[in-house]
This record gives sequence, C-alpha cells and structure tokens, in this order.
Amino acid sequence: MNSLKVALYILVFPGFLFQSGFSTFLEWVDRKVYARMQNRRGPMYTGWAGMLQPIADIVKLLSKEDIVPAAADRRAFAFMPILSLAAVFTAGLYLPVWHLRSFNSFEGDLIVVLYLLTIPSFSLFLAGWFSVSPYSLLGATRVLTQLFAYEVPFFLAILTPAVLAGSWQISKIAIFPWTVAGHWWVIPIEAIAFVVAILTLQAKLERVPFDIPEAETEVVGGPLTEYSGKKLAIFRLQKDILMYVGAALVACVFLGGFGALPQGGDQASIGVLGLIFGGYLGGVTGLLLGVTNLVVKTALVVFLLSTLRAACARIRIDQIVRFSWRYLAPWSVVQFLIVLLFKAKGAV
Amino acid sequence: MPETIHLPIGPQHPFLKEPAKFDFDIQGEEIVGARMNIGYNHRGIEKLCEDRNYFQCLFILERICGICSHSHTTAFVQAVEKLLGLELPKRGLYLRTLVCELERLHSHLLWLGVAAHEVGFDTLFKLVWRDREIVMEILEEISGNRVNYAINTMGGVRRDLTEEQRKKILAMLEPLLARTEYYAGIGTNEPSFVGRIKGVGRMSKERAIEKCAVGPFGRASGVDMDIRRDDPYGAYPDLDFKVITSDECDIYGRVLVRVFEIVESCKMVKQILENLPEGEIAVKKVMRRVPAGAAVSRYEAPRGEDVHYVRGNGTEKPERVKVRAPTMANLEAATESVVGAFVADIPIAIASIDPCFSCTDRTTVALNDRKRGRRLTTWADLRQHGIDWYRKNRGISF
Repeated sequence: MNSLKVALYILVFPGFLFQSGFSTFLEWVDRKVYARMQNRRGPMYTGWAGMLQPIADIVKLLSKEDIVPAAADRRAFAFMPILSLAAVFTAGLYLPVWHLRSFNSFEGDLIVVLYLLTIPSFSLFLAGWFSVSPYSLLGATRVLTQLFAYEVPFFLAILTPAVLAGSWQISKIAIFPWTVAGHWWVIPIEAIAFVVAILTLQAKLERVPFDIPEAETEVVGGPLTEYSGKKLAIFRLQKDILMYVGAALVACVFLGGFGALPQGGDQASIGVLGLIFGGYLGGVTGLLLGVTNLVVKTALVVFLLSTLRAACARIRIDQIVRFSWRYLAPWSVVQFLIVLLFKAKGAV
Repeated sequence: MPETIHLPIGPQHPFLKEPAKFDFDIQGEEIVGARMNIGYNHRGIEKLCEDRNYFQCLFILERICGICSHSHTTAFVQAVEKLLGLELPKRGLYLRTLVCELERLHSHLLWLGVAAHEVGFDTLFKLVWRDREIVMEILEEISGNRVNYAINTMGGVRRDLTEEQRKKILAMLEPLLARTEYYAGIGTNEPSFVGRIKGVGRMSKERAIEKCAVGPFGRASGVDMDIRRDDPYGAYPDLDFKVITSDECDIYGRVLVRVFEIVESCKMVKQILENLPEGEIAVKKVMRRVPAGAAVSRYEAPRGEDVHYVRGNGTEKPERVKVRAPTMANLEAATESVVGAFVADIPIAIASIDPCFSCTDRTTVALNDRKRGRRLTTWADLRQHGIDWYRKNRGISF
C-alpha cells in the first residue's frame, strides 16, 4: 500500500503528470503576458484562450521526424534530454506543494534541489557538445560560461532565506515567515535576494535578456540546433518544468510557500496571515487555499520573468559575466550580511 | 592562442532575411576574419529590361526591392526623363517626393524593428512594426498599394491626391510622429539595447570613405553626404530639412541617424502635404521612343545612394539599364566592420547597413572551357568564341 502511494506521488500528484500539466499552464501564462506586452494576442485557439497551446506544441513535436546528425554520438545525443528532464522532475518532487513536508522531504533537501537544477545546464552543454556542429559547440560553451556567471549569485540568493530560517529544508523555510505571529516582515528583508534570484533564475532558464546560449539570430538554436522531434519535445518539456520548479522554489523560499498542513499538524502556531497567504490549513479549505496560493505565487514569479523578458534586449556573454560578478554577487553578499545582522540582533 | 574555427553563416540562417554567405574566422567568441559572398538570388533584372519598353521596365524595376520599390522606379524615371528632356509639373514632383519620404519612413521603421529583433528585443520589434502599419495605410491611401506603389510614370505620377485624402493623411501623421519620437527615445536610451550597440561594428570616417559607404551607414561614420541635398531632385530643393550625421562611427550611430531621419521624414511629409501646389500631376504627352543617349540618375534611397544608368538607342527599348543598389556599396564596409567584434555582434553588425541582398545581387558564372580542357574560360577565348559563333550562325564577320 505504501509503495503504491509513493508511485502515485511520483507519477501523479506532485510528480510527473501534475508537473507536466502545471508547467504548461505556466508557459501559457508566460506566453500570454509576453504577447500582451507586445500588443499581440498570444495563443488563442487551442482550449480556452489558447491554454492548451503549449501541450499541443509538445504533442506536435513528438510526432515530428527525429533526426540525429551523422557525426553525433548517438547514445549520448539521445540520453541528454532524458537526463535533464529526469533531473528537473526529481527536483520538483522535493517541493512542498501539498503536504507541509513533501513525501521525501528531509533536512537538506534545498541543497539537493539546487544541485539537481544545475544538471539541466550541464546536460544542455553536453547535448551541444555531442551534436558536433559549429552552432551547437558555440552554444554549448556559452551555456557553461553563463553557468559560471549566474550560479554563485543564484545559490547565494536562495540560501539567504535558509540562513534566516536556520534550516536547509524547503518546507521549514517556506513556513518560517508564518510560524510565529508577526514574523511576516522577514519577507521584505530579503528583497535584494529576491531580485537577484529572479534575475539569475531568468539566466538559468536562458530567456531574454540572458538567452545568450540559444540566441536565435546568432547561433540558430545553440546547443539544441541539431535536435528535432521527440528529443526536442523532451527538452521543451524540461524547460517548462524547470520554469515551474524555479518559480515554485523562489515562491517557497521568498514568498512564504503554499500547502495544506497534514492532519494533526501544528496549526495553532501559524498566524492568520499564514493560514491565508500560505494556505497552511487542514481539510478541503486548506487544499483549495494551498492550490490558489500555488497558482498565484508561481504565476506571479512567472509574470515577473515575462516582464523582464519583454523589457530587455539580449545582452552579450561578456556583459552577463561582468554584470553578475560586479552587481549580482556583491549585492547578494550584502543581503547575506543584512540577514546575519538581523540574526545577530536576535530579531528573528 | 586559441584555435581558429571557421564559422559559416548563410546562405540560410535565422538572422539573414535573404540569402547571402558569410564566412567568419573565430577565436573563441572573437572574430578575426570575415569574408562575404553574394549571388544566391540573382534575377537578371537588368537583362530583362533590355527586352521591354520603358514603361514595362518601370514595373520590372519596381520589383527589384520590396521595401524601396519607389526608389528604383524614381531613379530610373529620372534618368529617362533626362533623356527625354521633360520638364515636370510641380505637383507631380511633390507627390513623387511624398511617396519617397513615406517609403523612407516605413523602411527605417522596419529596420529599427529588425535591428531590435537581431539583439533579442522583440517587444520593440513588435511595437515598431505595429506602428509601421500607419505608414503602410497612408501609402495605400495614396497609391492603392502597400508595397509596390506603381505611382511613378515618365513625366510625373499616375494618381492625384484629393483634398479629403490630404486632410486624412495629415491627421494620421500626428500619432505617427508622436510614436516615432517615443521609439527614437527607446532605441537610443534603453540600457540593454544601447549596451549591445555602442562601440560595436566600428567603421572610421576614413575607412568608410575608402570603402564607398553610402546612406545612413556612411552618415553614421561622419560622412556628410546626402543626395537629397547635394544633388537635389524632386521637390527637395523647396523643402526644409536637416541631414542627420553622427560621429559615433558604430551601430549606435547608425541607430541615431536612422531614428532622427524618421522624425525628419515625418516633418517633411507634413511640409509636402501642407504646401502641395495645384496643377497637373504629369506631363500630358510622353514619347514612347527615347532618343539615343545615356543618363545617370542618383537618388537617396532609404539605404543610401541608388544609382541608375540608362542608355537609349532611339527605340522604345533601353539598350542598357544598370542598377547600383546601396547595399552593394555598403556590404564590404559592413563585413569589415565585424572584424574584432564578438560572434554575438554578427547579426546586428551586418543588419546595421539594412542589407537587401536581392536588390544588389550579382552573379559570376564560371564557364568550363571544354575545348581546351581548362577550368575557366579566359576573356580572350570568350571573345573569340563570340566572334566564331556569330560568323557561323549569323554570317556576321567582325
């Protein structure tokens, strides 16, 4: 019975089916927001207001011809999409979207998630490397260069709330602003880290202004130039899920998370604000609140990402390295110091 | 020293809207060498013109370019009018110039959108192209067509503008001017956009002159040259306008020149419409036979100086039509300006001349000399072959 439950967790609810569905919803939000900002309409015809368009795109790609370049390493070429999808999907399992603690949660799962979120970048690099084409190689080296630019500020930004909460467990960090009444003001303290996290998440997702590795007009499709058909579809799904996991992670650590308490949880210690804006309530009401919080908060993060995408031009690879080491990294260190100061004062 | 990699771009590549081939030598992300080759879209338009009469030529030449179609017909018509010795009525000249400036407007707006797209700034691209529609609608109002206006004819224009149309267009210009000024602000101030174009694709004034750079590309390198002012035609002698130049010598300068030319063009269109003289729009009688002689006509197309050479031989067909589109003049300079930049700068640097490869395409045919077993036919052999062929088949001896 227990193993059946775990299988359900992995395959259905916080797992594969839910992640695929919800991440395509987020892609729809992103496309719609982006389109409206450009005075376009965005997806219109598949489903309500084009909601099913991302799924339709993936299904269409799945049915397309799958070409492997003659010079490419066949096995590695086919393995990379699966590796990256598996990595982001596993990372998504650790997010507390339903129970306060996800079924496999443990002290330190934040580190595991951050580690798993790095794998897509490496598999993208290897995918480009194994495709053996000038554009793929250029794109692949750009992926790595960009990784070295954004990864450290991203870690610093995400770890700041962890230090504040004094825990490496995502669910504990998520619930931290609500646990004792009056602690919600820790959210604005982390404003700098939040901004850094949004910017670096954008870089991780390789979207404008940081879509340098796959800049269409420069290197065609970057590492994915030679990919087509099913493999490209898997990469696209991976990108969607990465956006969901990234947005949900940011929402968890910075915006107070979302989720229903399991029966018998320590509900009493969570203030009213936490019950509403965190959705930490038992029963059906809690479930509804939790889901609403999940949708609103991830959509909010995606909205910020789309706005950023619409408002900027793509910067150059040397510019992103300079930008992240000159501004993002120092500012996250400053944020770290602010948090340590609060800790030392004993305010939190 | 990193290894030098050969990066081929084209003839098919997302940043190229038309086929052309570029070969870059890159070390890491830096470009150390650049070569270019055109000839993928040669359509033999000059040859086609020799088989048609002057009026038919107009329609062929209109199709040289989908964006500066009016430029090519005007340049051609001006050359033929010189041969015919026609004196054009004022209203005809004004209407022709009106379409010239509107064409420059929509071409520059289109370019701004493309440039934004090349550096991933799709929002500016979409918004600029939305408002470019206003210009297209004005052009449709004037000529009935959106792209190939077919408004030029020998000795004037083919359609008149009614008073209602004039008022309507003037009203449409107001929002256009306001919006173009807004986009000019974005194009020259938005930090991420300016960060990508400032100091990139440098071309010094001396080098630009040596490479015969023309139009906005040359003016952005400080080459103060504008045919509208230097060799005026149409209604330009009567108009009050500034020639925009810049000393930036980079892509930023080219954006500056173009966006301020957009604003300037808006004002010129307004001037033309407000001072539109009364009278005929075209010369009543035009001879179909054009007297023998040759004429060269220069025209400031949106992309730079467009030169047409027409030689008549007393019949109703031209003996030779030669087109030098502005892209031809700028292409070498643009290729050179990429050296030293990064791979990421290739699209925007090439696009900064507003290339139109189809307009400019030339082709070289390598003739195998089968008789002598050589890979190429020499000029002397080809001449001898021609002489032999005519002697054998036509009985003509030279």
